[in-house]
Amino acid sequence: MNFFLQPLTLLTFFPLVGILILFFLPSDRKDALRWTALITSLLTFALSLWVLKMFNPSDPNLQLVAQYNWITVAGWNIQYYLGVDGLSILLLLLTTFLTPISILSTWTAIEERVKDFMIFFLLLELGMNGVFLAQDLFLFYIFWEFTLVPMYFIIGIWGGPRRIYAAIKFFLYTMAGSILMLLAILWLGIYGGTFSVPDLIAQHNIPANIQWWLFLAFAAAFAIKVPMWPLHSWLPDAHVEAPTAGSVILAGVMLKLGTYGFLRFNLGLFPEATVRAAPWIALLATIGIIYGAAVSYAQADVKKLVAYSSVSHLGFVMLGLFALNSQGVQGAILQMINHGLSTGALFLLVGMIYEQTHTRELKVYGGLWKVTPVFGTIMLIVALSSMGLPGLNGFVGEFTILLGAFGSLAINNAWFAAISALGVIMAAVYILYMFQKMFLGPQGEIVEEVKQHGHGLRDLNWREIAIMVPILILIFWIGLYPKPFFALMAPAVDQLVANISNVTVAMH
Amino acid sequence: MTLADLSFSTIWPLAFLTVWACALLLVDLLIPKERKGITALLAALGLAFTLGFTLAQIGMQQTGFQEMVVADGFSTFVNALLLISGLLGVALAYGYVKRMGLERGEYYTLLLFSVTGMMLMAQAADLIVVFLALELLSIPLYVLAAFARPKVESEEAGIKYFLLGAFSTGFIVYGTALVFGATGSTNLVNIVGSASSANANLLLLAIGSALILVGLGFKVAVVPFHMWTPDVYQGAPSAVTAFMSSGAKIAGFAALLRVFSTAFPSIASDMTGIFWGLAALTMILGNVIAISQTNIKRLLAYSSIAHAGYILMAFVPYGNPDPHIRNTSIAAGLFYLVSYAITNFGAWGVVIALEKSEGRGLEIGDYAGLARKHPALAAAMTVFMLSLIGLPPTLGLIGKIYLFRAVIDGGFYGLAVIGVLTSLVSAYYYLRVVVIMYMRDGEPETEHESFLDLTTILTAVATVVISLVPQFLFAWASNAVLKLF
Repeated sequence: MNFFLQPLTLLTFFPLVGILILFFLPSDRKDALRWTALITSLLTFALSLWVLKMFNPSDPNLQLVAQYNWITVAGWNIQYYLGVDGLSILLLLLTTFLTPISILSTWTAIEERVKDFMIFFLLLELGMNGVFLAQDLFLFYIFWEFTLVPMYFIIGIWGGPRRIYAAIKFFLYTMAGSILMLLAILWLGIYGGTFSVPDLIAQHNIPANIQWWLFLAFAAAFAIKVPMWPLHSWLPDAHVEAPTAGSVILAGVMLKLGTYGFLRFNLGLFPEATVRAAPWIALLATIGIIYGAAVSYAQADVKKLVAYSSVSHLGFVMLGLFALNSQGVQGAILQMINHGLSTGALFLLVGMIYEQTHTRELKVYGGLWKVTPVFGTIMLIVALSSMGLPGLNGFVGEFTILLGAFGSLAINNAWFAAISALGVIMAAVYILYMFQKMFLGPQGEIVEEVKQHGHGLRDLNWREIAIMVPILILIFWIGLYPKPFFALMAPAVDQLVANISNVTVAMH
Repeated sequence: MTLADLSFSTIWPLAFLTVWACALLLVDLLIPKERKGITALLAALGLAFTLGFTLAQIGMQQTGFQEMVVADGFSTFVNALLLISGLLGVALAYGYVKRMGLERGEYYTLLLFSVTGMMLMAQAADLIVVFLALELLSIPLYVLAAFARPKVESEEAGIKYFLLGAFSTGFIVYGTALVFGATGSTNLVNIVGSASSANANLLLLAIGSALILVGLGFKVAVVPFHMWTPDVYQGAPSAVTAFMSSGAKIAGFAALLRVFSTAFPSIASDMTGIFWGLAALTMILGNVIAISQTNIKRLLAYSSIAHAGYILMAFVPYGNPDPHIRNTSIAAGLFYLVSYAITNFGAWGVVIALEKSEGRGLEIGDYAGLARKHPALAAAMTVFMLSLIGLPPTLGLIGKIYLFRAVIDGGFYGLAVIGVLTSLVSAYYYLRVVVIMYMRDGEPETEHESFLDLTTILTAVATVVISLVPQFLFAWASNAVLKLF
């Protein structure tokens, strides 16, 4: 029983309780199913707050560790090993925060097979929690691959018209990367005699040329997930076809599985290779920033526009991570959270209007502000957050990343940061373009069209406002007073960066 | 000479099952035609007893009948797996043969005889016994494949299987003769002894062992000896295919592992390249051709070929002189056999549940809408498909990881990469089944038979649960091979 009473174990597997209850509820009691899932995810969030309360920010090491031998026969040395530190605590909270919000957003959007949907959604939460907490490579891989399965079903069953194509593309792309990582994990396990990440980092004896190959194998898995240019082509399909809640989790959390993977595994396990790769990753990140922004601007479909903006935003995160200094990495972690909040919110808002209009074509919208002022105001705040307006969260993250990238010894080329800064301006262009097309100017044809079919466009209702308010609070909080967020991660980041810079010094 | 001199205890479970099968043949005559279910239950009872005796053999390490047979950890492990396969085979057949109008008592007796042949294969310590066991396991399967006569497909399956089977047996016999010529013995242990002495003809030995490899390669459906597989798997009654695709594969690989690990270690490093090529070819061809299949039986047939390729990977690092790596590779092969057998039986269970007597219900398109109509069945099939791809939380993933570790441990990175990339290819066609079950609408009809449902549920649960606590099986598999050398 002790096993399950560990805070992190309890947190990770708590969604199973909800799943168990869902199993025994009849499929036609839709509200009961929804409430069960929502309450389960809220309790999971509460558990994560409890974890935050016990978390000691000044300790850079793993905390609240749950560690047991799992498979230790026949030459295997696999542990059940969960732990949380400054690198993962915020992402963990983001996951448990966005899950109930996403579930609440499905209240009227998902009417078909509610039971299955909620089961898959809670399974997905379980998998994501596990990815952020697992400290044993084997355990990590199991959670990592496991997240694919429920997401595949969520896109494939409840998605848009091309859902099956999108679901399979998403699945095969992601699996292609992760199976190469599996081989690297097995190699590491044989070489180090353990799969435990802290132990492997402590051993620090992987020859530099092999590190390079292992780095590439891990990077294959993570770069597809992020996605880094030019491996991004699954993303627009998956995001556009997924139901709103799926898009929110995809953009909000699942893309961060990739950046988190780089942070935890590539940077920690292969410091020499990381330093060597930094300029190249920075190059790809910069291309991604500019490319994503340019392609976003060209979209006629608002959901696609938001999807491509992720490529651009995640480019910033990668640039910050591979600046390999404290500012860059801290900015990157914060930007992961920011992107989760603002892009998640954008997908939610797009989903709310889509539920009424059933179209995402930009050209049919226009002048919505007059019709739906609350919706317009919230959209404006979120849009400004996404483009990095000072005072809102996006600015803090991007600014810190650019500071880090300018001063980075590893990248050692200010041009990357300079060109990336253009991405901030381009973000303003496509975001404001979208906002203008939808909310300003003459009234779009869709307003009339909806009116003909019934009551006309309504503004946000209380449920929808309740979904947005927590996100808006965080957007302002991080924008105005980011200190507590940085404080949570700083010691762990400093320790990681110090490890890497030792290597840099040794190499030069 | 007394029974004690022969160490009769080594084959005690096998002998028991043989006697039981013979007796069942007679008892069946007394069972009225419409109550052949009793025969099935008696057959299952015999298998269950034998399983008990086999488990009692754990820890035994003994040869018998002048070193013709052996009972050791390896044979106990494989026999236990074979008996469980036999039980699952009976459970799947119980309702199926009734529904398809194939219910005849011989079905179960033939199945029992085939299991005895398979068990003897796992215990064989002499090439002559290998041959004997091969015939004993194959002949009942030829008959079973044609059991749905006068259906043309079934007869065709039977005759095809028989002809190619006889052909492949010829290879084994000829190979055995050459090995005997090279070393003056057919006994596996003596072959090792004389192979290392100066007067052995190593060229003949190599040709002989290659011929044996070809013969057994036919049995386990390794490319390029796989041509019969799709037709036979499709034509044979599904319950037979389920048993054949697991049981014959287990027995064939058991013989390959035994023969190539005990008899030919001196040429093991020469064989590495051949095994490498066969494994890669089998994985690639099996998975790629499976993509274009629309019939679920043919899909599973190609999938079974592909999985033979994965198991074959276990033979590649075997050429490594480090005994630790050899042990790991064989243990990994054994574990993969378990994971494949359990998953495969489950998947065939679902196929049987959807099959109609006129042969309808076998197209993948017939699975449309299964998730709505029978969520449990669809969920089980999803588990099996995930396991065949090698995704968590299923046994298939653990099996693949064990195999890949052995391959990486041996330093064959290229093969490991081919292995994972072909798994990716396989994800495409296995997922198509899931897509159709969950994402297309339809009105599938299914049969509910208590033993069938039980088998499907049990195998699905086992696929998930054992993947979370595989320690016991890992330990058993690795102990099973410790004393093999």
